[in-house]
Amino acid sequence: MAEIRFNKVYKAYGNNEVIHGVDWHIRDGEFVVIVGPSGCGKSTLLRMVAGLEVITSGEIFIGDRLVNDLEPAERDIAMVFQNYALYPHMSVFKNMAYGLKIRGLPKQEIEQRVQKAADILEIGDYLKRSPRQLSGGQRQRVAMGRAIVRQPSVFLFDEPLSNLDAKLRVQMRLEIKKLQEELGITSVYVTHDQIEAMTLGHRLMVLKDGYVEQLGTPIELYERPATSFVAGFIGSPAMSFLDAEIGEDGRQVVFEGGDRLAIAGRLSLDAGSRVTVGLRPEHLVRTEEEADSLHIKVRVVEHLGADTLIHGDFGPGKADLTIRMDGIEQIRTGETLRIKAAPEHIHIFDPETGGRID
Amino acid sequence: MEKRVVFRQTFLPYLLLAPQVLVTLVFFFWPASQALYQSVLREDAFGLSSEFIWFENFSALFAEAEYLHSLEVTALFSLAVATTAMTIALYLAVQADRVIHGAMVYKTLLIWPYAVAPAVAGVLWMFLFNPSMGIVVFALRAVGYDWNHALNGHQAMALVTVSAAWKQISYNFLFFLAGMQAIPKSLIEAAAIDGARPARRFWTIVFPLLAPTTFFLLVMNVVYAFFDTFGIIHQVTEGGPAGATNILVYKVFHDGFLGLDLGGSAAQSVVLMAIVILLTVFQFQYIERKVHY
Ligand SMILES: Nc1ncnc2c1ncn2[C@@H]1O[C@H](COP(=O)(O)OP(=O)(O)OP(=O)(O)O)[C@@H](O)[C@H]1O
Ligand SMILES: [Mg+2]
Repeated sequence: MAEIRFNKVYKAYGNNEVIHGVDWHIRDGEFVVIVGPSGCGKSTLLRMVAGLEVITSGEIFIGDRLVNDLEPAERDIAMVFQNYALYPHMSVFKNMAYGLKIRGLPKQEIEQRVQKAADILEIGDYLKRSPRQLSGGQRQRVAMGRAIVRQPSVFLFDEPLSNLDAKLRVQMRLEIKKLQEELGITSVYVTHDQIEAMTLGHRLMVLKDGYVEQLGTPIELYERPATSFVAGFIGSPAMSFLDAEIGEDGRQVVFEGGDRLAIAGRLSLDAGSRVTVGLRPEHLVRTEEEADSLHIKVRVVEHLGADTLIHGDFGPGKADLTIRMDGIEQIRTGETLRIKAAPEHIHIFDPETGGRID
Repeated sequence: MEKRVVFRQTFLPYLLLAPQVLVTLVFFFWPASQALYQSVLREDAFGLSSEFIWFENFSALFAEAEYLHSLEVTALFSLAVATTAMTIALYLAVQADRVIHGAMVYKTLLIWPYAVAPAVAGVLWMFLFNPSMGIVVFALRAVGYDWNHALNGHQAMALVTVSAAWKQISYNFLFFLAGMQAIPKSLIEAAAIDGARPARRFWTIVFPLLAPTTFFLLVMNVVYAFFDTFGIIHQVTEGGPAGATNILVYKVFHDGFLGLDLGGSAAQSVVLMAIVILLTVFQFQYIERKVHY
């Protein structure tokens, strides 16, 4: 059991700085997810915790130990790799026992622990097989088994589910969550899949180009995204962004073409200031009123059964806007819709910095 | 997806194969069949008359103490060459695998000896170890060790082993390095997290995963020591002293061309051929099974 603390952690490969100062405190037993697009530095951050990458500057603590100069073996962690990294020349049993054997545990205890982990993960039948003879999902379980037999104080996962098919991914996601809750071991999980991040994490770190965009619970990130990047990244289908200006009284945003929407509260911005307005597809509803609504020309209609997605063009600039409606809606391409959003569901960002304004 | 070129007419592929087939026929099948034929004949020294004697040449061969000794010498020599060349190559490959900067330079330098012809390598080592003027001999003498491989059979064996192994290190190095670089890095990292120190990681992960490479190289090195070291032996010791380095290939040459015992020499070639065939079959059998995993 341990907490993890990042203190101004930087990482550079040669002159190329890829992590630009991360401060973070992960609580004991917490399940946190690092999420972000490809190449943003997620793996690098995780591997610095594991001791597989040198920390260029700053400090990482696991528990109350400064681990900067400790070998991976001394950090009391276990890691699940994207490609599983099972030892191909060893049986499943030996794969799981390897770390215990190195620690010099008595044979009997090794057997007990491996058996117990195998029972939890339902891989007891495969212990004698070689990894080659397992399916992707089974290999994944063995990789998890190898991590849990060690009873480490921290689990690290680097995109452990990305090599599985969609159905298995959903199933393993649930299992990982359940397992983590049962074992209560502090876990750091890396993914580029925002649904995985939202469903698994107690808290999320959204990373972009090596900068922390936002830290928070999934709900916080969804309801109050700190930047337009986070807003666009979290939530599916993704938020739509429209250019607008602040209205005369500061209580409205005015779009090109004259449509306006009322916003919650009063912004401390001058009338006429340019802003980016973010609208989530699920927060847009049809309306009959002329005031406080947007006129959308329907471009594509997608029927998903449980809901209907409407992709439309908005205003003279034909900005993209996505609307999600419950159930099956009979709407035709080319039709014009009038829609509105509740003031509390209108997100306003600075078009230059992408930062949230409210 | 398999991609292959399909030729419409049957003529072109045969034409393209012809040079290779011709070379194989002229330089391999023809001499081999001659050797087979000669091995069952007794010919007088002037090649004027010959007599068909069934397998007498072979039975004579295996009754000859000198031949049995040569077999022994060859076995010892090939094992020594293979072990030396492979151990050093593996060590160098491990080191090179760790190097990040200037790796290309090391690799290029390490590959050079392979381009040296055996006879030239032999001359090189012969000069280094020349009993009267070799620089290494001089150094050895300075520390009180007397070197004269022209008289001392063990020293002669050591010298040809070193010369032959030196040339083969490059080849082994390349294969070991490629084999090591084919091992996913995450396996090593997983082992590091599991608590294994570098030495342990090497023996429990890297080395077992190199087994197919090691096995392949073992056979290749033995074949090399058996057949390709003629030039070295010829330059350095001429099989001496007193047959201490008289390996099978050298004995074939010695008995046939110098001793003019064509039948006996042909029988020896046939035995060598059988050994190559056996080694090759053995090789393929195991490569198919990929050894171990
Ligand atoms: N060994 C290395 N040498 C130099 N640059 C590296 C190295 N490893 C990673 N980088 C760079 O660091 C940045 C972050 O890489 P990282 O692997 O952490 O990304 P990631 O967020 O895990 O991406 P992905 O989702 O594709 O796995 C990238 O720009 C990458 O090019
Ligand atoms: Mg990654």
